[in-house]
Amino acid sequence: MVEENKIEKNKETIEEVKTLVDVETEGAEVQKDEAVVESVSEEEIPVEKSEDSKESNSAESAIKESNVSKDEKMDDKKEIEDSAYLKLPFILGTKLGMTQIFSDNGTVYPATVIQAGPCNITQIKTIEKDGYSALQIGYLDSKESKQNKPSMGHFKRCNSKPKKHLKEFRYNNFEGIELGDEINLSQFSIGDLLQVTGYSKGRGFAGHMKRHNFSGGRASHGKNSVMRKAGSVGAGTSPGRVWKGTRMAGRMGNDKVTVKNLEIIKMDSENNLLFVNGSIPGPNNNILYISKVSYEG
Amino acid sequence: MNKILDSIKDELKEDIPQFKSGDTVTVGVRVIEGEKSRIQLFKGVVIAISSGSGSSKTFTVRKISNGIGVERIFPFHSPNLDSITVDKRGKVRRAKLYYLRNRAGKAAKIKTVLN
Repeated sequence: MVEENKIEKNKETIEEVKTLVDVETEGAEVQKDEAVVESVSEEEIPVEKSEDSKESNSAESAIKESNVSKDEKMDDKKEIEDSAYLKLPFILGTKLGMTQIFSDNGTVYPATVIQAGPCNITQIKTIEKDGYSALQIGYLDSKESKQNKPSMGHFKRCNSKPKKHLKEFRYNNFEGIELGDEINLSQFSIGDLLQVTGYSKGRGFAGHMKRHNFSGGRASHGKNSVMRKAGSVGAGTSPGRVWKGTRMAGRMGNDKVTVKNLEIIKMDSENNLLFVNGSIPGPNNNILYISKVSYEG
Repeated sequence: MNKILDSIKDELKEDIPQFKSGDTVTVGVRVIEGEKSRIQLFKGVVIAISSGSGSSKTFTVRKISNGIGVERIFPFHSPNLDSITVDKRGKVRRAKLYYLRNRAGKAAKIKTVLN
């Protein structure tokens, strides 16, 4: 509100100046007048501002300043506490399994327990060098003997132990991020919405009924050998072939599946455990790519 | 699985009395009405203890209320479960006493074990 008042006052002063200029430079061109007004206003406005604030709102502004300084101090403290860990909105993890979590009023939530991190930054990809910006993070230590020479070179370059799993996330704010930095759960808090990507359980070569929810044939009325069949796959002479994309039996599962809007209902930062409300694709011990549903950068 | 159990260990209750199917128990359930909360008692025979583990373990209590059979399933570790007191020990030969549903009156009676 104070700022708005200031702006209005400044407008008034500008108008006054305009009239003054008009009086002084009679018969001059309009464009010149405008230019003069602009220059004058630019010079005079800051002075007016400071005077206004000093005269009218000196007490209020003092109070506000003190509040602001307090807030700033608090922010500084928080930054110092949190600055020990990187705050990135993504992490890699392992699905441990499901359990139930009670809320304070007795509601039961189905919870998936995720071992999330700790991860290390293994590569920083920039637009200049790679054409796009991203961070590559590594999860779970691996034996050196399991790595080949090129990958060992990659890990040595980033001061990290060899990792079993590497994954890139698009990100472009590289401030304070260095190779080898550790990421843990400090960037998440209870109530955050996550999206989790993993590979679903493989079902092998599955029939129509399992793969596409077809109904199958009749079980009674003299029908044998049609109980799990799909029925017709198309018309006769025209088109004379089976349409492309007709749903049939085939490989099922082991697909990349993303589940969005999973809420964090509990956290255990000591053991790097995330408790998420709902189920997650894949078997236990599945590797998961976890990120906040919407993040900038 | 052990990691999960360890992770929610602090949420699980430790002071749950020992009881089996056939025992008669009184369960105190916290009922929240608006801002107030009170304890409601539910007394009956335990007819089943679920095979769940950790926080998902439950037990079923059956009682006859005004001539109508009523069953309630309680999670052991629910914060709304205020108390469990064992009134009588019953002598039964099964873990699940679902046969009591088909019986009424004296036939549905369970022999008690005197401690």
